[in-house]
Amino acid sequence: MKSDNLSLYDRLFKPRTYTLEDGKQIQEKRSRLPLVLIILLIATVVSGELTGFSFSTLVKRINYFFVILRDMIPPDWAYMPRVWQPLMDTIKMSLLGSLIGAVLCIPFSVLCASNLIRTKLVTGFFKLFYSIVRTLPTLVIALIATYIFGLGTFAGTVAIAVFTFAYCGKILYEQIETADMGSHEALEALGMGRISAIRYAIWPQVLPQFISTVLFCFEGNVRYASILGYVGAGGLGLILNERIGWMEYARVGMILLALFVTVVIIESISSYLRSKLA
Amino acid sequence: MEIKLTYAETLSREPRKWISTLVIVLICVLLFSWSGSALQSNSTGGSGLSVAKGIISGILHPTPSLLLTLGDDGVPYLLFETVAIAFLGTLVGAVLSIPFAFLGASNIVPKPVALVIRLMVMAIRTIPAFVYGLMFIMVTGPGAFAGLLTMSTCSIGMLSKMFTESIEELDRGILESLDASGCNTFDKIRYGILPQLMPSFSSTLIYRFDMNLRDASVLGLVGAGGIGSPLMFAMNSYRWNDVGAILLGLIILVLIVEWVSNRLRTKLMRG
Repeated sequence: MKSDNLSLYDRLFKPRTYTLEDGKQIQEKRSRLPLVLIILLIATVVSGELTGFSFSTLVKRINYFFVILRDMIPPDWAYMPRVWQPLMDTIKMSLLGSLIGAVLCIPFSVLCASNLIRTKLVTGFFKLFYSIVRTLPTLVIALIATYIFGLGTFAGTVAIAVFTFAYCGKILYEQIETADMGSHEALEALGMGRISAIRYAIWPQVLPQFISTVLFCFEGNVRYASILGYVGAGGLGLILNERIGWMEYARVGMILLALFVTVVIIESISSYLRSKLA
Repeated sequence: MEIKLTYAETLSREPRKWISTLVIVLICVLLFSWSGSALQSNSTGGSGLSVAKGIISGILHPTPSLLLTLGDDGVPYLLFETVAIAFLGTLVGAVLSIPFAFLGASNIVPKPVALVIRLMVMAIRTIPAFVYGLMFIMVTGPGAFAGLLTMSTCSIGMLSKMFTESIEELDRGILESLDASGCNTFDKIRYGILPQLMPSFSSTLIYRFDMNLRDASVLGLVGAGGIGSPLMFAMNSYRWNDVGAILLGLIILVLIVEWVSNRLRTKLMRG
């Protein structure tokens, strides 16, 4: 290898040269690991400094972490009847939000796929659009939604739909881009229109994976929906926030336990369905 | 025996799945119509539209003074602090989740132990971020440190799950051949296990850092440092231009980090 092909790092730290038995010389580039480690170390020190990280505080006061946790056990079972309604609201919010987001993202993902749309400008624009929507934190979307649509579960549904839209959309267009184009071309050669060629050639290829993605997203959304109540967007978060405000931690424990059981059930159903799809 | 079929006959031999399809569709329709009942909201009395207008114009006209100052309350400094929280949070989260990952891997520990550990991880994941935030504020007081710890606890769930998956994919053959060539345990870990795990672990970590940066706004709710609290303050007091400035900074930062992390991860995947 000629030396002018080497990157800056290799020029600073010369590759190690070995002489083989037949007199040939080969070079092994120096490992990048030390450089990476030094960068990580500097970053750690700087961020430790900036965030006031201190081990001694952590060790000395870690028992305070369990103060709230201890108060949660045992949970207040008598509170359960009042948990049902918000819990169901949370599930409904994430179900409907996931559906709306998943359906909405289909046309946008087609517009993103560079193997279906030849114009770079269009695909680039929609990809950027997805990226920007994905950067918006869900809680911020939920808060904005509560300002626009008023407090309640509708705002939460909108926030979940937006999140699902961005997440599933990105994965869907990546799948479309890696789909096999042969059958699509064949159908177009037979004289089928654009849309029906996509419908019969691309859609069946990506559908199982897409449904699996949506199910996975739905699992996460149930968890997310429980936080959204914090900004007034309905569901479990609402009573969670209330009970925390009143420092009734036994009831908080009950809410969290109910959420945990729900999440476990939904995750097992959905992972069963996903294993069927795969 | 070969039977010649016309196209129509082949088509008629297609398995009839309409009953199962119908049942699935019915279940889905029922579920969705049930969930439709959740669509209630306390109407804002027509102010929704003006709020939407305010938000959009605010985001289009961000406060320049907030965006460009380098002081303690400017967007650049807050973003820097957020990056620091996300970085160290991811690192601490990784350290915390490695024991969970190894104990949850069914090829290392017996199945029941792995199952219990996985349930524990699930429980850790279920507790919402702001509850952790409150718990850690009792430990460290409000500020970036609490945010960091919250972030690391919230990362445990995903990190240990992904780590476990890559541990379960470990190729035992390499370990056996190292054994056969007379390597000791340390050598086996150094040359057999670490090279197999490092790429996927670091790829997961980079991805999680990306996510943590995005989730940093959650921490603002409990006053745990970073760009979240100013963002929430600005939103709650309807200062849309400030919101626009902060969101703009956040979006640009996340886009840059995402681009860098995607490149790093493809590099790691190719080896």
